[in-house]
Amino acid sequence: MTEPVLTVEDLSVRIAGLHILQGVSFTVAPTGVTVLLGRNGVGKTTTLRAVVGLTPPGGEVRGTVRMGAQSLLAQRTHRLVRGGLGYVPEDRCVFAGLTVAENLRLAERRGSTPAYDRVFALFPELDRRSRQRAGSLSGGQQQMLAIGRVLLNDNRLLLVDEPTKGLAPKVVTEVAEVLERVAESVPVLLVEQNLAVVRRLARDAVVLAAGRVAWAGDAQELLLETALTRSLLGVGSAEGHQPAADHQPAEAAVDQVAARPAGAASAPEDGS
Amino acid sequence: MTEVKSPEVPAPPAAVPGELTEATSRWGRLRPFLPLVALAVALLLPYSTLHLPGIFEGALNSPGTLQLLAVCLVFGGLAAGYDLLFGRTGMLSFGHALYFAAGVYGTDILITRFGLSLWQAAPLAIIGGTILAGLLGAVALRTVGIAFAMVTLAFAQVGAILVARDFGGLTGGEEGLPLDVAGLPDGLVGVANTVNLYWLALAYLAVVVLVVHRVSASPTGRVLAGLRDDERRIGVLGLDPYRFKLVAFTLAGGLAAAGGVVYCLIVGGASPHITGSELTLSLLVMVVLGGPGTRWGPVLGGIGYMYLDHRLVSFGTSDAVDALPAFLSRPLSEPLFVLGTVFILAVYFFPGGLASLTSRLSLLRDSLRPGTRR
Amino acid sequence: MDTIILLTLTGLGLAALYFLVASGLSLVFGLADVLNFAHGLFLGVGAYATWWAAGNLPGAGPDGLGFVVAVAFGVAAGTLMAVLVELVLIRPLYSRTIEQVLVTVGLSLAGVALLQATWGADARPFPRPAWTREVTSILGAQVPNGGLLLIVAALLVLGAILAFLRWTRYGLIIRAGVENREMVTALGIDVRKAFTLVFAIGGAAAALAGSLGSVYFGTVSPQQGGSLLIFAFIVVVIGGMGSVVGSAYAAVAVGLLQQFVNYYGTSGLGDICVVALLAVVLLLRPQGIAGKAVTA
Repeated sequence: MTEPVLTVEDLSVRIAGLHILQGVSFTVAPTGVTVLLGRNGVGKTTTLRAVVGLTPPGGEVRGTVRMGAQSLLAQRTHRLVRGGLGYVPEDRCVFAGLTVAENLRLAERRGSTPAYDRVFALFPELDRRSRQRAGSLSGGQQQMLAIGRVLLNDNRLLLVDEPTKGLAPKVVTEVAEVLERVAESVPVLLVEQNLAVVRRLARDAVVLAAGRVAWAGDAQELLLETALTRSLLGVGSAEGHQPAADHQPAEAAVDQVAARPAGAASAPEDGS
Repeated sequence: MTEVKSPEVPAPPAAVPGELTEATSRWGRLRPFLPLVALAVALLLPYSTLHLPGIFEGALNSPGTLQLLAVCLVFGGLAAGYDLLFGRTGMLSFGHALYFAAGVYGTDILITRFGLSLWQAAPLAIIGGTILAGLLGAVALRTVGIAFAMVTLAFAQVGAILVARDFGGLTGGEEGLPLDVAGLPDGLVGVANTVNLYWLALAYLAVVVLVVHRVSASPTGRVLAGLRDDERRIGVLGLDPYRFKLVAFTLAGGLAAAGGVVYCLIVGGASPHITGSELTLSLLVMVVLGGPGTRWGPVLGGIGYMYLDHRLVSFGTSDAVDALPAFLSRPLSEPLFVLGTVFILAVYFFPGGLASLTSRLSLLRDSLRPGTRR
Repeated sequence: MDTIILLTLTGLGLAALYFLVASGLSLVFGLADVLNFAHGLFLGVGAYATWWAAGNLPGAGPDGLGFVVAVAFGVAAGTLMAVLVELVLIRPLYSRTIEQVLVTVGLSLAGVALLQATWGADARPFPRPAWTREVTSILGAQVPNGGLLLIVAALLVLGAILAFLRWTRYGLIIRAGVENREMVTALGIDVRKAFTLVFAIGGAAAALAGSLGSVYFGTVSPQQGGSLLIFAFIVVVIGGMGSVVGSAYAAVAVGLLQQFVNYYGTSGLGDICVVALLAVVLLLRPQGIAGKAVTA
């Protein structure tokens, strides 16, 4: 296998006294989508934010994170992003008071030509609505904008956090299609709860449990093993979870299981 | 999410110098009694005719010195009461001066304008200040964080305006209102009785310290500390943060009003400068300099701040400072310049205040004693 | 009728003063989360620098072009002060909000004491062009020119800030940063440069308020900034933190309310009504008239 684009080694994050990540290690392949899985609150978002340098103030981060040969921790976020690390946050975080055009303009950088062609080819809707305030867009359109403004520049790796959360089933499919096309040219580290989307996109999977990596390997293999999937993610087999059908129930199931005491269901590799 | 203990660092077995251990353990046994020793010294102090040139102008038992000390003690108590909000509950109120002023002006007006005796006026002023804190707190606490700070600041500003504009001719406006001594017991009147005021101030400080300690050791106090660290967690426990914060706010307001009563007696009246936001800001400075949320920090911060505030004036006019070039001597003769600068430096270099010095020292001590863990 | 016009225009003059102080406070708070108690100091520095320049700086004076030079010098001094405060004192405490407030509190105490030590605690007569002492007759009301000057200056500043926010790249960054600072950095932008910039803008506007306010009052004193600051804070909260337009509306509401109630009611009652207005606005709309929530 070729060199990984991102190497995370022994990453620990402590926020407000809680040891959220306790030595997480994994790699992201230089092509395709690597998906980061796990129950709610297990630290998926914390991992992405630690990689991009957005751990909240007072949080403590240890370990190593490398993109190629470059060490990422201890660098400030805007430098990492300029170095080719694109970040699409949870809940989209578009600037609601700014127009679509202004949201995109914000991502322009001195010294490089913004790739508006690429963005508008993927999302023609953004071109049509450029004068509209981003806050008045639908959830799906906001997600398109959040991805679009990152694609305005060339990236070496994209971090995408729950892009289908709270979206209507039809829109989930659209977002998944877009990510599939994006992943043809740039590697993606994706956090996703919707297993149907995972099955469609992911090549590799990394599963977090109790602040550690509980399973890592081929994503499709993971999804085939019903029992393993259930114990790791707290959901039933991926069968029947079509992207259009029932994203909501799947999420509810995740919530339900996550609410159980931590010891109630233990993952095979959990707790060394 | 699970909390995992950090791996224990194996303690290397090392020879501990015998003297050091003994000295520190003896110190450790003595420590709980230190406040009592300090209290005894404070109680005996008025009997001393000691002269401490440079520290106090007159002898220790001279009325001037005793009055200065009494003011310092009152502010030690006020700072400890304010810390109940800032250091122990994490509420940044910029309006604490209002409840202090309610005590000062309440006492003064009831005695001087309405001819009540001190025994009637003092409880009324304290109850009034407490109710005021409860009512305004009930409104202000509907906001949190910076908005809360702004609302309390604005409410206190109303108090300052009411006093300064002299509505109803009660407050004496800009000139202030000297206290009519006819309503006071004889033991509190006259220069010769300054010592009684000193003891009153000491009693006030002792009461505040006792109340604050009792409250913070109680279950309520633990909830307050929880609010300070992470309000959401308290909400998750099914407790209503609003009610706990209101209790703390009202209690701190009542303590401040009581301090106002004592202060009014010590300085013999009320003047509008005590109603301003500067007073609240200096309480904040006292607490931060002393060490927020610590047992003795705010008290020491309050006493030290007021002492410096008074003494720096004469330090500024002393020969040593006068001999300096004007660009140095002029700022040094402004107590607030010196205190403000010290405060800024303290925020950067001693975030825990004076109180952190002792724990830093003990950390240093422990680092000299491998094999023991605090 | 002419009383109402006079009260309206003097109220707007007061509103102009509040707006000049509040616009900067609002931007600084909205973008950088810094509740800046030292903002009154920028005002004092601007006023004293203008006063000093009018007497000492070659080319500056109390009249004509010299006065413009003196005010420009005052504004430059206030801006420089604000930038230094941000770079030296605020930046090392980045994201430690409470410590930042504490430092600005200390700075406001020490700074005012320093002004007092240097130029004395008492108010000094302020050099001002003769025409600012005169009145203009507007619809029968005799309106002081100093107040009109404040209104014109505030309108120009409002226009300039809005144009800057709307048409420039840094304006765009500031508008975005007020909404979500973290996301601005996640787009590869160093948001701290914008912090320095909003401090500079705020310092300049406050220093202008200091100069022109002193022209209006005719005197300058070290405490001037502090008393204005409280009402500027109220304006910021009512208007919504981070919103310049909100500050403008709130400044007008506060200025007019204060002026009219103080005239028709008892003196001082207007100030109390302003606080009542603040309480009502906060209880009904905790995020202020416009702008982001102030609950953080």
